[in-house]
Amino acid sequence: MITKRIIACLDVHAGRVVKGIQFVDLIDAGAPALLAERHALEGADEIVLLDITATHEGRQTLLDTVRRTALRLFVPFTVGGGIRSADDAAQVFDAGADKISINSAALADPNLITAIGNSFGAQAVVVAIDARREPNAPINQARVFVQGGRKPTERRAVEWAREAESRGAGEILLTSMDSDGTRTGFDCELTAAVSSAVRIPVIASGGAGTPAHFVDVFTRGRADAALAASIFHFGVSSARSLKQELARAGVSVRLPC
Amino acid sequence: MRVTVIDYKAGNLTSVLKTLTHLGAECEVTDDPVRVQKAERLVLPGVGHFAATKLLDDRGLTRAVREKIADGTPFLGICVGMQWLYAGSTEAPDQPGLAYFAEQCARFPNVSEKVPHVGWNSIRISPNSKLFAGVADNSFVYFTHSYKAPVTADTAATTDYIEPFAASVERNNVFGVQFHPEKSSDVGLKILSNFLAFNTEAI
Repeated sequence: MITKRIIACLDVHAGRVVKGIQFVDLIDAGAPALLAERHALEGADEIVLLDITATHEGRQTLLDTVRRTALRLFVPFTVGGGIRSADDAAQVFDAGADKISINSAALADPNLITAIGNSFGAQAVVVAIDARREPNAPINQARVFVQGGRKPTERRAVEWAREAESRGAGEILLTSMDSDGTRTGFDCELTAAVSSAVRIPVIASGGAGTPAHFVDVFTRGRADAALAASIFHFGVSSARSLKQELARAGVSVRLPC
Repeated sequence: MRVTVIDYKAGNLTSVLKTLTHLGAECEVTDDPVRVQKAERLVLPGVGHFAATKLLDDRGLTRAVREKIADGTPFLGICVGMQWLYAGSTEAPDQPGLAYFAEQCARFPNVSEKVPHVGWNSIRISPNSKLFAGVADNSFVYFTHSYKAPVTADTAATTDYIEPFAASVERNNVFGVQFHPEKSSDVGLKILSNFLAFNTEAI
Protein backbone atom coordinates (compact mmCIF):
# COMPACT_ATOMS: atom_id res chain seq x y z
CA MET A 1 0.00 0.00 0.00
CA ILE A 2 1.18 3.54 -0.74
CA THR A 3 2.41 5.10 2.49
CA LYS A 4 2.04 8.58 3.93
CA ARG A 5 5.32 10.47 3.73
CA ILE A 6 7.08 12.22 6.60
CA ILE A 7 9.26 15.01 5.28
CA ALA A 8 11.97 16.73 7.31
CA CYS A 9 12.50 20.38 6.42
CA LEU A 10 15.70 22.38 6.89
CA ASP A 11 15.53 26.17 6.68
CA VAL A 12 18.94 27.36 5.57
CA HIS A 13 20.48 30.83 5.50
CA ALA A 14 23.98 31.39 4.11
CA GLY A 15 24.82 27.72 4.49
CA ARG A 16 23.54 27.36 8.04
CA VAL A 17 20.36 25.83 9.37
CA VAL A 18 18.62 28.74 11.05
CA LYS A 19 15.18 27.66 12.19
CA GLY A 20 14.17 25.13 14.73
CA ILE A 21 17.60 24.84 16.24
CA GLN A 22 18.03 25.84 19.83
CA PHE A 23 21.61 27.05 19.55
CA VAL A 24 21.84 28.53 16.08
CA ASP A 25 25.31 29.93 16.63
CA LEU A 26 26.74 26.51 17.34
CA ILE A 27 25.71 25.07 13.99
CA ASP A 28 28.56 25.29 11.51
CA ALA A 29 28.33 25.57 7.72
CA GLY A 30 28.34 21.81 7.25
CA ALA A 31 25.26 21.34 9.34
CA PRO A 32 22.62 21.10 6.59
CA ALA A 33 24.38 18.11 5.05
CA LEU A 34 24.83 16.42 8.42
CA LEU A 35 21.30 17.14 9.59
CA ALA A 36 19.79 15.94 6.32
CA GLU A 37 21.73 12.70 6.48
CA ARG A 38 20.75 12.21 10.11
CA HIS A 39 17.06 12.74 9.31
CA ALA A 40 17.27 10.21 6.48
CA LEU A 41 18.98 7.68 8.75
CA GLU A 42 16.33 8.29 11.39
CA GLY A 43 13.56 7.42 8.98
CA ALA A 44 12.52 10.61 7.17
CA ASP A 45 11.00 9.68 3.81
CA GLU A 46 12.18 12.82 2.13
CA ILE A 47 14.23 15.97 2.81
CA VAL A 48 13.28 19.53 1.90
CA LEU A 49 15.87 22.30 2.07
CA LEU A 50 14.45 25.81 1.96
CA ASP A 51 16.95 28.58 1.34
CA ILE A 52 15.95 31.86 2.90
CA THR A 53 19.02 33.69 1.60
CA ALA A 54 17.81 36.58 -0.51
CA THR A 55 21.11 37.86 -1.92
CA HIS A 56 22.72 37.04 -5.23
CA GLU A 57 26.00 36.02 -3.55
CA GLY A 58 23.97 33.62 -1.46
CA ARG A 59 23.11 31.57 -4.56
CA GLN A 60 26.60 30.10 -4.87
CA THR A 61 26.58 29.25 -1.16
CA LEU A 62 23.22 27.55 -1.65
CA LEU A 63 24.45 25.49 -4.61
CA ASP A 64 27.42 24.44 -2.54
CA THR A 65 25.14 23.45 0.34
CA VAL A 66 22.87 21.50 -2.04
CA ARG A 67 25.88 19.71 -3.52
CA ARG A 68 27.20 18.65 -0.13
CA THR A 69 23.76 17.68 1.14
CA ALA A 70 22.90 15.61 -1.93
CA LEU A 71 26.16 13.69 -1.84
CA ARG A 72 25.16 11.23 0.87
CA LEU A 73 21.38 11.44 0.59
CA PHE A 74 19.57 8.50 -0.97
CA VAL A 75 15.99 9.63 -0.41
CA PRO A 76 14.15 12.29 -2.46
CA PHE A 77 15.61 15.75 -1.96
CA THR A 78 13.71 18.98 -2.69
CA VAL A 79 15.27 22.45 -2.74
CA GLY A 80 13.34 25.71 -2.62
CA GLY A 81 13.93 29.39 -2.12
CA GLY A 82 14.99 32.01 -4.61
CA ILE A 83 14.42 29.96 -7.77
CA ARG A 84 13.23 32.58 -10.29
CA SER A 85 13.93 31.00 -13.66
CA ALA A 86 14.40 27.71 -15.46
CA ASP A 87 18.15 28.43 -15.39
CA ASP A 88 18.10 28.79 -11.60
CA ALA A 89 16.26 25.48 -11.43
CA ALA A 90 18.75 23.78 -13.76
CA GLN A 91 21.63 24.81 -11.49
CA VAL A 92 19.90 23.40 -8.43
CA PHE A 93 19.16 20.12 -10.26
CA ASP A 94 22.79 19.94 -11.40
CA ALA A 95 23.86 20.32 -7.78
CA GLY A 96 21.86 17.20 -6.92
CA ALA A 97 18.27 18.18 -6.08
CA ASP A 98 15.54 15.79 -7.27
CA LYS A 99 12.79 18.38 -7.10
CA ILE A 100 12.62 22.13 -6.85
CA SER A 101 10.00 24.12 -5.00
CA ILE A 102 8.80 27.45 -6.38
CA ASN A 103 6.45 29.92 -4.75
CA SER A 104 6.54 33.67 -5.53
CA ALA A 105 8.18 33.09 -8.90
CA ALA A 106 5.39 30.72 -9.99
CA LEU A 107 2.75 33.30 -9.07
CA ALA A 108 4.65 36.04 -10.90
CA ASP A 109 5.02 33.85 -13.98
CA PRO A 110 2.92 30.67 -13.96
CA ASN A 111 4.61 29.59 -17.22
CA LEU A 112 7.68 28.84 -15.13
CA ILE A 113 5.91 25.72 -13.80
CA THR A 114 5.48 24.40 -17.34
CA ALA A 115 8.97 25.43 -18.45
CA ILE A 116 10.74 23.59 -15.63
CA GLY A 117 8.40 20.60 -15.99
CA ASN A 118 9.13 20.32 -19.70
CA SER A 119 12.88 20.09 -19.06
CA PHE A 120 12.98 18.02 -15.88
CA GLY A 121 9.59 16.30 -15.68
CA ALA A 122 6.47 17.28 -13.74
CA GLN A 123 7.57 15.09 -10.82
CA ALA A 124 10.44 17.53 -10.22
CA VAL A 125 8.24 20.61 -9.80
CA VAL A 126 6.72 21.35 -6.40
CA VAL A 127 4.58 24.47 -6.18
CA ALA A 128 4.65 25.91 -2.66
CA ILE A 129 1.60 27.83 -1.50
CA ASP A 130 1.57 29.96 1.66
CA ALA A 131 -2.04 30.59 2.61
CA ARG A 132 -4.04 32.27 5.34
CA ARG A 133 -7.76 31.95 5.98
CA GLU A 134 -10.00 34.93 5.41
CA PRO A 135 -12.09 35.91 8.44
CA ASN A 136 -15.75 34.82 8.17
CA ALA A 137 -15.27 33.39 4.69
CA PRO A 138 -15.50 29.84 3.32
CA ILE A 139 -12.30 27.78 3.37
CA ASN A 140 -11.91 27.97 -0.41
CA GLN A 141 -11.42 31.72 -0.02
CA ALA A 142 -8.12 31.23 1.88
CA ARG A 143 -5.69 33.77 0.47
CA VAL A 144 -2.25 33.17 -1.05
CA PHE A 145 0.69 35.21 0.27
CA VAL A 146 4.13 35.72 -1.28
CA GLN A 147 7.54 36.96 -0.20
CA GLY A 148 7.78 34.62 2.73
CA GLY A 149 4.23 35.38 3.84
CA ARG A 150 4.70 39.15 3.95
CA LYS A 151 2.65 40.16 0.94
CA PRO A 152 -0.98 39.20 0.25
CA THR A 153 -2.06 38.43 -3.32
CA GLU A 154 -5.43 38.30 -5.03
CA ARG A 155 -5.16 34.54 -5.48
CA ARG A 156 -7.12 31.92 -3.54
CA ALA A 157 -5.23 28.82 -2.41
CA VAL A 158 -7.68 26.23 -3.76
CA GLU A 159 -8.02 27.88 -7.15
CA TRP A 160 -4.24 28.51 -7.44
CA ALA A 161 -3.49 24.87 -6.57
CA ARG A 162 -5.80 23.79 -9.40
CA GLU A 163 -4.11 26.13 -11.85
CA ALA A 164 -0.64 24.97 -10.75
CA GLU A 165 -1.73 21.37 -11.40
CA SER A 166 -3.08 22.23 -14.84
CA ARG A 167 0.20 23.97 -15.68
CA GLY A 168 2.13 20.83 -14.82
CA ALA A 169 3.07 20.95 -11.14
CA GLY A 170 3.95 17.53 -9.73
CA GLU A 171 3.08 18.26 -6.10
CA ILE A 172 1.69 21.04 -3.91
CA LEU A 173 3.44 22.08 -0.70
CA LEU A 174 0.74 23.85 1.29
CA THR A 175 1.75 25.92 4.32
CA SER A 176 -0.94 27.26 6.61
CA MET A 177 0.32 30.62 7.85
CA ASP A 178 -2.30 30.52 10.60
CA SER A 179 -0.81 27.31 11.99
CA ASP A 180 2.88 27.80 11.16
CA GLY A 181 5.08 27.91 14.23
CA THR A 182 2.20 27.30 16.64
CA ARG A 183 2.81 23.56 17.16
CA THR A 184 -0.94 23.25 17.74
CA GLY A 185 -1.69 21.11 14.70
CA PHE A 186 -2.01 21.38 10.94
CA ASP A 187 -4.90 23.23 9.33
CA CYS A 188 -6.80 20.09 8.33
CA GLU A 189 -9.76 21.91 6.76
CA LEU A 190 -7.54 23.93 4.45
CA THR A 191 -5.41 20.89 3.59
CA ALA A 192 -8.49 18.80 2.81
CA ALA A 193 -9.94 21.56 0.64
CA VAL A 194 -6.77 21.77 -1.47
CA SER A 195 -6.14 18.01 -1.53
CA SER A 196 -9.68 17.32 -2.74
CA ALA A 197 -9.38 19.94 -5.47
CA VAL A 198 -6.36 18.39 -7.20
CA ARG A 199 -5.18 14.92 -8.28
CA ILE A 200 -1.50 15.56 -7.50
CA PRO A 201 -0.08 14.91 -4.01
CA VAL A 202 -0.44 17.60 -1.36
CA ILE A 203 2.19 18.05 1.35
CA ALA A 204 0.80 19.67 4.50
CA SER A 205 3.01 22.11 6.39
CA GLY A 206 2.69 24.36 9.40
CA GLY A 207 1.66 23.51 12.93
CA ALA A 208 3.21 20.08 13.60
CA GLY A 209 3.60 19.53 17.32
CA THR A 210 2.60 15.99 18.23
CA PRO A 211 2.14 12.64 16.46
CA ALA A 212 -1.63 13.07 16.82
CA HIS A 213 -1.40 16.16 14.60
CA PHE A 214 0.06 14.00 11.83
CA VAL A 215 -2.65 11.36 12.23
CA ASP A 216 -5.20 14.12 11.93
CA VAL A 217 -3.78 15.69 8.78
CA PHE A 218 -3.39 12.28 7.09
CA THR A 219 -7.01 11.31 7.81
CA ARG A 220 -9.23 14.37 8.18
CA GLY A 221 -6.81 16.60 6.23
CA ARG A 222 -6.41 14.08 3.34
CA ALA A 223 -2.72 15.00 3.07
CA ASP A 224 -0.41 12.70 1.10
CA ALA A 225 2.67 13.85 3.01
CA ALA A 226 3.40 16.09 5.96
CA LEU A 227 6.36 18.29 6.61
CA ALA A 228 7.92 19.28 9.89
CA ALA A 229 11.05 21.13 10.94
CA SER A 230 11.31 21.98 14.59
CA ILE A 231 9.61 18.81 15.85
CA PHE A 232 12.69 16.88 14.69
CA HIS A 233 15.39 19.46 15.31
CA PHE A 234 14.47 19.82 18.96
CA GLY A 235 14.80 16.09 19.34
CA VAL A 236 11.17 15.82 20.42
CA SER A 237 10.72 12.97 18.05
CA SER A 238 12.65 11.25 15.30
CA ALA A 239 10.83 10.48 12.08
CA ARG A 240 11.09 6.79 13.00
CA SER A 241 9.42 7.13 16.39
CA LEU A 242 6.80 9.39 14.84
CA LYS A 243 6.09 6.75 12.19
CA GLN A 244 5.84 4.03 14.81
CA GLU A 245 3.13 6.06 16.52
CA LEU A 246 1.39 6.64 13.19
CA ALA A 247 1.44 2.90 12.46
CA ARG A 248 -0.16 2.21 15.84
CA ALA A 249 -2.89 4.69 14.90
CA GLY A 250 -3.53 2.79 11.67
CA VAL A 251 -1.74 5.16 9.26
CA SER A 252 0.24 3.36 6.55
CA VAL A 253 3.93 4.41 6.77
CA ARG A 254 7.30 3.12 5.57
CA LEU A 255 8.51 0.81 8.35
CA PRO A 256 11.06 -0.49 9.03
CA CYS A 257 13.07 2.43 7.79
CA MET B 1 33.41 -1.51 -12.47
CA ARG B 2 32.55 0.71 -15.39
CA VAL B 3 28.98 1.80 -16.15
CA THR B 4 27.81 3.66 -19.22
CA VAL B 5 24.82 5.88 -18.51
CA ILE B 6 22.86 6.84 -21.61
CA ASP B 7 21.89 10.52 -21.75
CA TYR B 8 18.84 11.23 -23.90
CA LYS B 9 17.99 14.57 -22.28
CA ALA B 10 15.11 13.14 -20.25
CA GLY B 11 15.52 14.85 -16.93
CA ASN B 12 18.27 14.95 -14.41
CA LEU B 13 21.08 12.38 -14.28
CA THR B 14 22.84 13.75 -11.21
CA SER B 15 21.13 11.50 -8.64
CA VAL B 16 21.70 8.30 -10.60
CA LEU B 17 25.36 9.14 -11.24
CA LYS B 18 25.99 10.14 -7.65
CA THR B 19 24.50 6.89 -6.36
CA LEU B 20 26.34 4.61 -8.80
CA THR B 21 29.58 6.42 -7.96
CA HIS B 22 28.86 6.00 -4.24
CA LEU B 23 28.61 2.24 -4.90
CA GLY B 24 32.05 2.23 -6.49
CA ALA B 25 31.11 2.41 -10.16
CA GLU B 26 33.13 4.43 -12.64
CA CYS B 27 30.46 6.23 -14.67
CA GLU B 28 30.58 7.46 -18.23
CA VAL B 29 27.70 9.58 -19.57
CA THR B 30 27.13 9.50 -23.30
CA ASP B 31 24.67 9.97 -26.15
CA ASP B 32 27.12 8.44 -28.63
CA PRO B 33 26.22 4.98 -30.01
CA VAL B 34 29.93 4.22 -30.52
CA ARG B 35 30.51 4.64 -26.79
CA VAL B 36 27.46 2.49 -26.08
CA GLN B 37 28.93 -0.26 -28.26
CA LYS B 38 32.00 -0.28 -26.01
CA ALA B 39 30.01 -0.36 -22.75
CA GLU B 40 30.56 -3.03 -20.12
CA ARG B 41 27.27 -2.27 -18.35
CA LEU B 42 24.42 0.02 -19.46
CA VAL B 43 22.01 2.16 -17.46
CA LEU B 44 19.12 4.02 -19.09
CA PRO B 45 17.55 6.46 -16.61
CA GLY B 46 14.73 8.77 -17.53
CA VAL B 47 11.95 10.78 -16.03
CA GLY B 48 9.25 12.60 -17.88
CA HIS B 49 7.52 11.75 -21.13
CA PHE B 50 7.82 8.52 -23.13
CA ALA B 51 8.08 10.65 -26.30
CA ALA B 52 11.59 11.71 -25.16
CA THR B 53 12.81 8.22 -26.11
CA LYS B 54 12.54 9.27 -29.78
CA LEU B 55 16.02 10.74 -29.33
CA LEU B 56 17.32 7.19 -28.78
CA ASP B 57 16.10 6.29 -32.29
CA ASP B 58 17.32 9.53 -33.84
CA ARG B 59 20.85 9.16 -32.45
CA GLY B 60 21.21 5.48 -33.37
CA LEU B 61 21.20 4.51 -29.70
CA THR B 62 18.26 2.10 -29.98
CA ARG B 63 20.14 -0.09 -32.44
CA ALA B 64 23.33 0.06 -30.38
CA VAL B 65 21.47 -0.97 -27.22
CA ARG B 66 19.68 -3.80 -29.04
CA GLU B 67 23.03 -5.21 -30.19
CA LYS B 68 24.60 -4.86 -26.75
CA ILE B 69 21.67 -6.62 -25.10
CA ALA B 70 21.96 -9.46 -27.60
CA ASP B 71 25.67 -9.69 -26.72
CA GLY B 72 24.81 -10.20 -23.06
CA THR B 73 25.78 -6.77 -21.71
CA PRO B 74 23.92 -6.13 -18.42
CA PHE B 75 21.27 -3.44 -18.95
CA LEU B 76 19.18 -1.55 -16.38
CA GLY B 77 16.32 0.78 -17.33
CA ILE B 78 14.93 3.08 -14.64
CA CYS B 79 11.39 4.57 -14.73
CA VAL B 80 10.78 5.63 -18.37
CA GLY B 81 13.99 3.66 -19.06
CA MET B 82 12.12 0.52 -17.96
CA GLN B 83 8.98 1.40 -19.93
CA TRP B 84 11.11 1.80 -23.06
CA LEU B 85 11.98 -1.92 -22.86
CA TYR B 86 8.36 -2.68 -23.79
CA ALA B 87 6.71 -2.35 -27.21
CA GLY B 88 5.45 1.14 -26.41
CA SER B 89 3.30 3.26 -24.15
CA THR B 90 -0.10 4.85 -24.52
CA GLU B 91 1.64 8.06 -23.38
CA ALA B 92 3.14 8.40 -26.87
CA PRO B 93 1.35 5.87 -29.14
CA ASP B 94 3.43 6.74 -32.22
CA GLN B 95 6.76 6.20 -30.50
CA PRO B 96 7.83 2.54 -30.43
CA GLY B 97 9.88 1.15 -27.56
CA LEU B 98 12.64 -1.43 -27.80
CA ALA B 99 10.05 -4.25 -27.69
CA TYR B 100 12.39 -6.55 -25.73
CA PHE B 101 9.21 -7.25 -23.79
CA ALA B 102 6.15 -7.56 -26.02
CA GLU B 103 3.58 -5.75 -23.85
CA GLN B 104 2.47 -2.11 -23.81
CA CYS B 105 2.69 0.38 -20.94
CA ALA B 106 -0.47 2.27 -20.06
CA ARG B 107 -1.73 4.99 -17.75
CA PHE B 108 -3.25 4.12 -14.39
CA PRO B 109 -7.03 3.88 -14.73
CA ASN B 110 -8.99 6.99 -13.90
CA VAL B 111 -10.46 6.29 -10.47
CA SER B 112 -10.61 8.17 -7.21
CA GLU B 113 -6.95 7.57 -6.25
CA LYS B 114 -4.46 10.24 -7.20
CA VAL B 115 -2.36 9.92 -10.33
CA PRO B 116 0.66 10.23 -10.48
CA HIS B 117 1.55 7.49 -8.02
CA VAL B 118 4.07 9.32 -5.85
CA GLY B 119 5.75 8.03 -2.72
CA TRP B 120 7.02 4.93 -0.97
CA ASN B 121 5.19 1.71 -1.76
CA SER B 122 5.99 -1.94 -1.07
CA ILE B 123 7.12 -4.57 -3.56
CA ARG B 124 6.29 -8.28 -3.76
CA ILE B 125 9.43 -9.94 -5.03
CA SER B 126 9.57 -12.98 -7.33
CA PRO B 127 11.77 -15.54 -5.59
CA ASN B 128 14.00 -16.15 -8.61
CA SER B 129 14.87 -12.51 -9.23
CA LYS B 130 18.59 -11.74 -9.44
CA LEU B 131 18.09 -7.99 -9.04
CA PHE B 132 16.31 -8.43 -5.71
CA ALA B 133 18.62 -11.07 -4.21
CA GLY B 134 18.94 -10.33 -0.49
CA VAL B 135 16.11 -7.76 -0.54
CA ALA B 136 13.30 -8.53 1.91
CA ASP B 137 9.84 -9.13 0.47
CA ASN B 138 7.52 -6.15 1.07
CA SER B 139 10.42 -3.70 1.19
CA PHE B 140 9.57 -0.09 0.38
CA VAL B 141 10.85 1.81 -2.64
CA TYR B 142 10.16 5.31 -4.00
CA PHE B 143 7.90 5.74 -7.04
CA THR B 144 6.83 8.73 -9.11
CA HIS B 145 4.97 7.88 -12.33
CA SER B 146 1.61 7.91 -14.12
CA TYR B 147 2.24 5.07 -16.60
CA LYS B 148 3.13 1.48 -15.78
CA ALA B 149 3.85 -1.93 -17.25
CA PRO B 150 1.54 -4.94 -16.83
CA VAL B 151 2.34 -7.96 -14.67
CA THR B 152 3.67 -10.83 -16.85
CA ALA B 153 5.88 -13.91 -16.57
CA ASP B 154 8.94 -11.61 -16.71
CA THR B 155 7.83 -9.46 -13.77
CA ALA B 156 10.47 -9.49 -11.03
CA ALA B 157 8.46 -7.49 -8.48
CA THR B 158 4.90 -6.25 -8.30
CA THR B 159 3.35 -3.28 -6.53
CA ASP B 160 -0.30 -2.60 -5.92
CA TYR B 161 -1.62 0.88 -6.60
CA ILE B 162 -5.17 0.97 -7.98
CA GLU B 163 -4.20 -2.39 -9.49
CA PRO B 164 -1.10 -4.61 -9.46
CA PHE B 165 1.60 -3.49 -11.90
CA ALA B 166 5.22 -4.43 -12.67
CA ALA B 167 7.52 -2.62 -10.26
CA SER B 168 10.37 -4.47 -11.94
CA VAL B 169 11.00 -6.67 -14.95
CA GLU B 170 13.85 -9.07 -15.59
CA ARG B 171 14.90 -11.50 -18.29
CA ASN B 172 18.45 -12.77 -18.80
CA ASN B 173 20.76 -9.72 -18.74
CA VAL B 174 17.97 -7.15 -19.01
CA PHE B 175 16.48 -5.45 -15.95
CA GLY B 176 13.98 -2.65 -15.48
CA VAL B 177 12.69 -0.85 -12.39
CA GLN B 178 9.69 1.46 -12.39
CA PHE B 179 10.74 2.98 -9.06
CA HIS B 180 13.86 5.03 -8.34
CA PRO B 181 16.49 2.83 -6.65
CA GLU B 182 18.78 5.87 -6.36
CA LYS B 183 16.11 7.45 -4.10
CA SER B 184 15.06 4.30 -2.24
CA SER B 185 17.47 4.37 0.69
CA ASP B 186 19.28 1.14 1.68
CA VAL B 187 16.86 -1.05 -0.30
CA GLY B 188 17.64 0.87 -3.49
CA LEU B 189 21.38 0.74 -2.88
CA LYS B 190 21.16 -3.05 -2.49
CA ILE B 191 19.27 -3.36 -5.78
CA LEU B 192 21.81 -1.22 -7.63
CA SER B 193 24.67 -3.19 -6.04
CA ASN B 194 23.05 -6.39 -7.31
CA PHE B 195 22.95 -4.93 -10.81
CA LEU B 196 26.59 -3.84 -10.61
CA ALA B 197 27.58 -7.33 -9.42
CA PHE B 198 25.47 -9.18 -12.01
CA ASN B 199 27.52 -11.40 -14.23
CA THR B 200 26.02 -12.55 -17.53
CA GLU B 201 27.99 -15.82 -17.46
CA ALA B 202 26.14 -16.73 -14.28
CA ILE B 203 22.85 -17.26 -16.13
